[in-house]
Amino acid sequence: MDLLTWGRSPWGEWILTHISWDLLWASLFAGVAFLVAHAGYLLLSPHRVRPAAETDTLEAARTDLPKRIPRHSLAARLFHWVMAASMFVLLLTAFLPIAGVKFAWVTWHWAAGLVLTASILFHIVHASVWMDFWSIWVGPKDLPELKSELLRELGHDAPGAKPGKYPLGNRLYHTAIVLAGLSVAATGILMMWRVRTPFFTRNPYLLGDTTWGVTYVTHGLAGVGLVGLVIAHVYFALRPEKLWLTRSMLLGWITRRQYLEHHDPERWVPR
Amino acid sequence: MATIRDVMPAFELFQPASIDAALTLLDQHGTDAWVLAGGLDSFDWLKDRIKRPAVVVDLSGVAELKGVRASGDGVEIGAMTTLTEVVRHPLIKEKFSILLEAAEAAASPQIRNQGTIGGNVSQDARCWYYRAGWPCYRAGGNICYADTPQAINREHAIFDADRCVAVNPSDTAPALIALGAQMVIRRTGGERVVEAEDYFIGPGTDITRMTALAAGELLTAIRIPGTFAGARFYFEKVADRNVWDFPLVNVASAMRLEGGTIQALRIAANGVAARPRRLITVEQVLAGRRPDDAAAVTAAGEAAIAGAEPLQHNGYKVPLLRNLVRRALRGTEDS
Repeated sequence: MDLLTWGRSPWGEWILTHISWDLLWASLFAGVAFLVAHAGYLLLSPHRVRPAAETDTLEAARTDLPKRIPRHSLAARLFHWVMAASMFVLLLTAFLPIAGVKFAWVTWHWAAGLVLTASILFHIVHASVWMDFWSIWVGPKDLPELKSELLRELGHDAPGAKPGKYPLGNRLYHTAIVLAGLSVAATGILMMWRVRTPFFTRNPYLLGDTTWGVTYVTHGLAGVGLVGLVIAHVYFALRPEKLWLTRSMLLGWITRRQYLEHHDPERWVPR
Repeated sequence: MATIRDVMPAFELFQPASIDAALTLLDQHGTDAWVLAGGLDSFDWLKDRIKRPAVVVDLSGVAELKGVRASGDGVEIGAMTTLTEVVRHPLIKEKFSILLEAAEAAASPQIRNQGTIGGNVSQDARCWYYRAGWPCYRAGGNICYADTPQAINREHAIFDADRCVAVNPSDTAPALIALGAQMVIRRTGGERVVEAEDYFIGPGTDITRMTALAAGELLTAIRIPGTFAGARFYFEKVADRNVWDFPLVNVASAMRLEGGTIQALRIAANGVAARPRRLITVEQVLAGRRPDDAAAVTAAGEAAIAGAEPLQHNGYKVPLLRNLVRRALRGTEDS
């Protein structure tokens, strides 16, 4: 399987054109294989959940908290769903034609790309000004939590070491999606100079052949990476033990018990 | 320009004697197979060594694919019928003379003797950037060399450019669309019939193909219904020279009049987009009007060019198309 596709320029030089579309199938396979493996592991492994008694004790001690704990503001939820919708349009318009479903996809693709880019810009400003910016990132402070999570995954009882607002898996996923999303958005904006849009005067010579090649390859790699990431995201959003998180992205709140069961009140104090 | 060499790269040659045998071969070899009709488009690609198929399926020995047959009040033309046979056939001459004119306008007598109607409608784009084998969009790359400020794009598209600005070069295609023809496409175990205008696809839908033919499929026949048999026809082609040249723009119309007013009209143009363009807005403007209604014809000419986006060097195609449409509606070359 080739990873990259090359062409020969009018000047006889080999130039990168894009990634091999075999990578799309590889990413799809990896995404599906991951979810099958994960689901199989959870079914068959000695995976442990937190003891209910631990949460009972916590809840009895914190009756001062409201029954509903606000988790996602309306603005954050709108951003999430607009971004999700644009991501689905982007992936479908990019990859259905490669999979053999032929339709006029280019305008839909760049229009959805602009929506995604605008929503990312909004999110950066919103998260920087109105949200706890650092709560979503991972760092050395998360090592105890990582250790507890791993122990529970391996079948041990491991109380304590809870996350702040976002579980460790969420934060790792966010890091991956930031890398892929920013790469695909930045390269996508550049690629708009190669097609006709109302926004730019078409100029395929804006960049040199090599730079264009790197731009297309980066866009393609980030795009196929997003296929696997989106499969994983949808899978976790639909898993029974994660539905409380998905519900909070719709309703904006979680229950007091969910808050105490899954979060460390020292690390996340709801506003 | 690519250098044409005398010796083609090696390929495995199959010469089936029936449609079924040809379809079996196409099914077996999938995207590795190249369908050879008259060879006039194919040999350029092969000699330039730009297309390097592993397998060539030569249809010249398939008798079922040849000939013009009466079919109800229309005709069915085998895809391997040569353009000369189309031009000379009495049924075509009697009922669908627009196709005769269009076929006769293609290339040169020698090429019409060898070239087939199936090949004429299925031929690839003639954009020289693409034919040179450079990695343009149509060739699977990520650039259109013809749509740049420096490009030579006098012959390219003024409509529906979606990354690629190549045009469809067929002369018979607009005539078939004007006649409401249907294309019979077969593959192993099945047949589908598509309207002529849907047989051609633009770059927005699939930038690497000009037609709806997928790997393993074969255009076997073209059916022309009797709807416009003996109607008032008009075909005109403008090219840089009168013989052996592709159209800069061509136009074909079929019109039925009743009491001097237009009862039915189909009109199409080629050389202006990646697929032959049926001018539906023109048909709508003229519906129920008289072809000698100067205001209506003027409005139709304007409707034909609405939305045109010429490139650096092909702005002349806009008035050319407008005037050709006006002439087609008036039925005369007098401006």
